[in-house]
Amino acid sequence: MSGFKTPYPDYDVLKKWDTPSWNEQTRAVIKRRLDEIPERRFLSEDEWTLLEAIAARLMPQPEREAPVPIVPWIDEKLAEDRRPGYRYVGMPPMREAWRQGLAGIAGEARERHGTDFRDLEPDAQDALLGAVQRGEIDGRQWGDLPADRFFSELLLKEIVAVYYSHPAAWSEIGFGGPASPRGYVRLGLDERDPWEAEEQHV
Amino acid sequence: MFDAIDQPRAQDGRAPDVFRPGAWVQMRCYDDSEQVDFAIVGTGAGGGTLAAKLAEAGFSVVAFDAGPFWRPLEDFASDEAAQGDLYWTDERISGGADPIQLGSNNSGRGVGGSTVHYTMIALRWRPDWFKSRSKLGYGRDWPLSFEELEPYYEEAEESLKISGPVRYPWGKRRKRYPYREHPVNASGLVLARGCERIGIDWSPLPLATLSAPRGMAHPCVYRGFCKYGCSTNAKQSVLVTFVPRAIAAGAEIRDLAMVGRIEMGKDGRATGVSYNRRGKWRQQKARHVVVAGYAIETPRLLLNSACPEFPDGLANDNGLVGTHLMTHSGPGVWGVLDEEIRSYKAPPCMAGTEHWNYSDEGKDFHGGYAFMSQGPLPTDWAQTLAARGLWGAALRQEMTRYNHTAGLVLVGETEPQAHNRVELADEKDQYGLRIPRVTFSYSENDRRLIEHGRKSMHQVLAAGGAHQLWDTHDTSHLMGGCRMGDDPKDSVVDADGRTWAIPNLWVCDGSLFPNSGGVNPSLTIQALACRIGDRIAEMAKRGELDR
Repeated sequence: MSGFKTPYPDYDVLKKWDTPSWNEQTRAVIKRRLDEIPERRFLSEDEWTLLEAIAARLMPQPEREAPVPIVPWIDEKLAEDRRPGYRYVGMPPMREAWRQGLAGIAGEARERHGTDFRDLEPDAQDALLGAVQRGEIDGRQWGDLPADRFFSELLLKEIVAVYYSHPAAWSEIGFGGPASPRGYVRLGLDERDPWEAEEQHV
Repeated sequence: MFDAIDQPRAQDGRAPDVFRPGAWVQMRCYDDSEQVDFAIVGTGAGGGTLAAKLAEAGFSVVAFDAGPFWRPLEDFASDEAAQGDLYWTDERISGGADPIQLGSNNSGRGVGGSTVHYTMIALRWRPDWFKSRSKLGYGRDWPLSFEELEPYYEEAEESLKISGPVRYPWGKRRKRYPYREHPVNASGLVLARGCERIGIDWSPLPLATLSAPRGMAHPCVYRGFCKYGCSTNAKQSVLVTFVPRAIAAGAEIRDLAMVGRIEMGKDGRATGVSYNRRGKWRQQKARHVVVAGYAIETPRLLLNSACPEFPDGLANDNGLVGTHLMTHSGPGVWGVLDEEIRSYKAPPCMAGTEHWNYSDEGKDFHGGYAFMSQGPLPTDWAQTLAARGLWGAALRQEMTRYNHTAGLVLVGETEPQAHNRVELADEKDQYGLRIPRVTFSYSENDRRLIEHGRKSMHQVLAAGGAHQLWDTHDTSHLMGGCRMGDDPKDSVVDADGRTWAIPNLWVCDGSLFPNSGGVNPSLTIQALACRIGDRIAEMAKRGELDR
């Protein structure tokens, strides 16, 4: 994704770490997110690498030497079975849905291209994921799982949530980040506190 | 914050002091075998408020919450992902033609309930809605009038020190809000500009967050994490208002205590509750039981408490428990502005319009709606864009316009319909209790209202200066399921929240609502709880309580 541009190239939310915008509680939470990446516990190695390949298309970060880790946090959530609080009629419980959904995408790739999803060209991967999103799939690969629901309710939702929980993502969109205890003073249109990101007008 | 999830904090004669990190306050504790006057199930807007009222009236009270007892100042990080423990995330099955997303946006788990993470909008009902069938020709009448509830709205607003405008444009003329209004943030000013340009009223919203100090709590610092826990105690949640009052007046709050069953005697009266704490089932004896678990857990508990005398569930002889569940339709309209908005600053919803709640002219539907300015944080916003179908490079690039985005979201009335309901599924949860199945479908009228609301929001947002508008759809709030009424044949409880079928079993939460109105329900729930508390005290004085 060579074309990605941020209006905040010089902003790093982590520079506020020791300022009154961050408190102890928040530092503890973010320190863990940065330093303690969970080990694989729930997904098989095969599922893990497949999900990495999918996440690289749904949330591409080609310009980063060290991409924001996504799969470890999804695996942790699955290992701890932390559910969202509901599932739609017709959807299996969260863990089964992930297992079936990943198997569905793998099967879909084999069926369409006779090869592994991980070995497809990015364009072909994107086309396949787009078909899953629209529910245009080969029913035999998915069992009773509604593929489009899996894509939108679990797969994509979790991947973007993990990415935008990371300070690197906050920096590139100019989000103020943690703000306790200091908060903000200037709230109006085109108003900015000195401790907020400054937009670069190109 | 993890110890609050693993171990009960409120026990052995003390409870967490919500105003001081690491500190405790004394709390009276009761033995399970001690018959208390009231066992209350739930400590949110309904149960927590009622616990304070009843304890202050001199009753012995034990209030149960399935979740933890937080100390906001030490437990709440400024982080979306770290705050997932505030929600009710036990499994629920959601179906119907328009299944509702449950969990984060319409539930709470923990002392204070969902008021711990609500957006603090404190609005009164339009007076006519209490008699919507007789006065407006749709929905259902409440068994009480606006005038009967009015003093309790005032009491709730005073108890929460609501910060609001000197003159609120809609509703019956009222006295000033206890605290002055907050300055409106940029996303609110977009709504204001749009409304002014098309010639309708708007207003800064009355909010339950402090605009001046109160006791040990500081004024709001506009950090913007209000959909999560407030780390400064400016938010006047039940956790930092009514719960400390309840404890000071002698009530016991039991955290991490999941009530699974209401116990019944052979005489057809409730004798107490069975609850699970630290993996053990125990029973608390009580003269009265109040269910305040909100619109899903309240019907679920009544249904799960079926016994030989009440085979279809408690207070369910007419089959109405769990029925007429309502939500608020929440279509959203979003757009991009040339100006910087940075809507992560300050409470998410600072301005709104109730124009279409109070003006019925030109409507092709029954009912009303309000809409408010919005302030989503990054993961929330990214998931909104994902729901729009964006992913990959397109999503990542669109996210860089975050600071230039503003939007409006509707709080749209939905009709009470019998087939929208809470039932029990066969599947069981970690306590061995049957989980709820929720069914919801919009009516034709609901859909017309949504379309009308969408058009209004497009008009206002475009007039406010936004371009490239696009739409989302969501819901907010839950109401109904144990509706109150005048007639035992077509309601579950009377105007005091007392079940028709079991004289010492009560309901006190949003499930009481016969209709849903077009504003956020919490203030009305708290006004009802204040009223029910006073009514119970009056009935006790007259010897009518233990009939």
